Amino acid sequence: MKRMLIALLATMLAGAPAAIADDIKIGIILGFTGPIESLTPDMASGAETAIAEVQAAGGLLGGQSVSAVRGDSTCIDSAAASAVAERLITADQVSAIMGADCSGVTGAILQNVARPNGIVMISPSATSPALSTAEDDNLFFRTAPSDARQGQIMADIISERGITEVAVSYVNVDYGKGLADSFQTSFEAGGGTVTLSSPHEDGKADYSAEVATLAAAGGDALVVAGYADSGGKGIIQASLDTGAFDIFVLPDGMRAESLTDAFGSAINGSFGQSPGSENPGAAVLVSMLEEQLDDPSAPFVAESYDAAALLMLAMQAGGSSNSQDLKEHVMAVANAPGEQILPGQLAMALEILAGGGEVDYQGASGVELIEPGEAAGSYRIEEIQDGKWTTLGYR
Amino acid sequence: MEAINALVLLGNYVIVPGIAYGSQLALAALGVSLIYGILRFSNFAHGDTMAFGAMVAVLLTSLAQSLGISIAPFPTAMLTLPFAIAGTVLLVIAFDFAVYRHFRSIRSSPVVFVIASTGVMFVMQGLIRFIVGPRDRDLGDGARFVVNAREFKAALGLEQGLSIKVSQSLTLGITIIAVLLLFWFLHRTRTGKAMRAFSDNEDLARLSGINPQTVVILAWTLSAALAATAGILYGLDKTFKPIIYFQLLLPTFAAAIVGGLGNPIGALAGGFVVAFSEICITYAFKRFLAYLLPENLEPTGLVQLLSTEYKFAISFFILVVVLLIRPTGIFAGRSS
Repeated sequence: MKRMLIALLATMLAGAPAAIADDIKIGIILGFTGPIESLTPDMASGAETAIAEVQAAGGLLGGQSVSAVRGDSTCIDSAAASAVAERLITADQVSAIMGADCSGVTGAILQNVARPNGIVMISPSATSPALSTAEDDNLFFRTAPSDARQGQIMADIISERGITEVAVSYVNVDYGKGLADSFQTSFEAGGGTVTLSSPHEDGKADYSAEVATLAAAGGDALVVAGYADSGGKGIIQASLDTGAFDIFVLPDGMRAESLTDAFGSAINGSFGQSPGSENPGAAVLVSMLEEQLDDPSAPFVAESYDAAALLMLAMQAGGSSNSQDLKEHVMAVANAPGEQILPGQLAMALEILAGGGEVDYQGASGVELIEPGEAAGSYRIEEIQDGKWTTLGYR
Repeated sequence: MEAINALVLLGNYVIVPGIAYGSQLALAALGVSLIYGILRFSNFAHGDTMAFGAMVAVLLTSLAQSLGISIAPFPTAMLTLPFAIAGTVLLVIAFDFAVYRHFRSIRSSPVVFVIASTGVMFVMQGLIRFIVGPRDRDLGDGARFVVNAREFKAALGLEQGLSIKVSQSLTLGITIIAVLLLFWFLHRTRTGKAMRAFSDNEDLARLSGINPQTVVILAWTLSAALAATAGILYGLDKTFKPIIYFQLLLPTFAAAIVGGLGNPIGALAGGFVVAFSEICITYAFKRFLAYLLPENLEPTGLVQLLSTEYKFAISFFILVVVLLIRPTGIFAGRSS
């Protein structure tokens, strides 16, 4: 018996490393707990769909299998996120990371883990303008645009509605601060007035004091640059309770079904923007994910699919799953020249790349990466009508 | 007209929320004060006792909702109040038997009790997270407003609206009832008088034939009932989340100490003093003054003494000032 066990153990030990060597792993680091936990499961499914598609097409680099390893970024706890990234890289030996999600933890993982280990990260949703200028050794890319652009678009859609005075409440993290600042700059440049831009902390029971201050400053609408499952929701609740504001401007962090589920038609007329595009790829991905997800057009699902797809195409283009090789090819596969690639056509793209050809990956979000490795940015403008998010257009 | 607008504005953002928050703090502080009066230690587990009561209400509310039981327009949580109180009382008495009784029997010093209560607090926190988890839970259902800001504005033709939530009026009503009951009990019944006698002089009370065990159990029962009520009302008015009750501990103790630990009237007054200080000091009076002052004197800044992030600092500040200037509190309790 004992001998048999030892024999069994020996076979397992001998067999294991060989299996790992063939397998390419991609880390998916998103905030599965924390203030955007209602968005992240769908985002992860988006990325895993891309990986499954490549797997079904026979894998990468001449038949190596690809798989995903999930890790929890928590969205807000930089130490926990760095620890998770460290674990994925050292223990699970991931080749590259699809993630992280929130700007603060993304910056932390980049500086503490990705750069020291030389691992490429493609974030689907970190939008802080500060990440454009962060030192990244060319390892960091994002399929989401910088909030410098989102701030400009938000300022435009507010002005177009004839609203000239707004108050801003932002969540006191990199994302909120960055977006609030870029919005204020654009809005004031366009002749609007920001009566007050004040921070709020996530996870409090009661936001009536914050709302009282915003109401004292006044404004025709309240811009809530926060998170839908946490403080942002609290701010809206307190505003509705006291009748301080009726119209809310909701940027991407607030674009969640959970918000309309909670407030329904009480926030009719509120509007906002989140990354999204009307390129043909978006519809293709929606039909691919229809059975799997309740809302396949949820924010950042397309960006997540694209981030994972870009990682794998760059590996194929460079002929190696090593981050040091693949980082040189991300921009090339994302942009022209080359054959345009939509979701569901990854197999074709891999074939072209294997044959030495070029691809221009369009994906589900109309990927167009500009220096220093971030999406140029296309936004979906939505308004809440009858308690539902309704798309008004794209820009 | 300007003056009425100013008054409504202040009512909406300061007076109504202040009264509701003050009542919740007063109920919580009464529980702390009672334990201090009878058992002579500061019960740090009080915040999580409140959380436990609210948690029972959350669980029973979802059970009642799934069975289709409701008392609309009142929130279902009100129906669960007696059960939540019963559950919390049982838990607290179980902790007394398991922990505090031992320290009483060996006549430990108060500081040992305080440390023990901190331990109990951690156990309770774990228990609550084990049962419902750390997330937000919505406790409120039924009608939301007694007076809706938008309708109020339209009906009276004012610029400012006043909103009074069902949870806020329930808070005030239940606090009044609970306090009247408590004072009637302490001053009019034989057992209540025995408790006060025990609080004034333990040895003398024992000599007069008052059973200390009964008094202790009663004190825990009253304190737990107050805690559960305060916890549910706070959860209804704001939101139920386990961690916020721990954060309430500081304002609660500030309230109890301002009024004078061990003094029920003091705890009541202290609750309102702390609540109104927190709200008034962080309120921006810009609009209010704009209504009252002549046009050329209108303030350009927010006229806010402290920004809202410093809310908790106010409780600390009040605590420090009271302990420095009048350590026994406004109503001369027994903090020695």
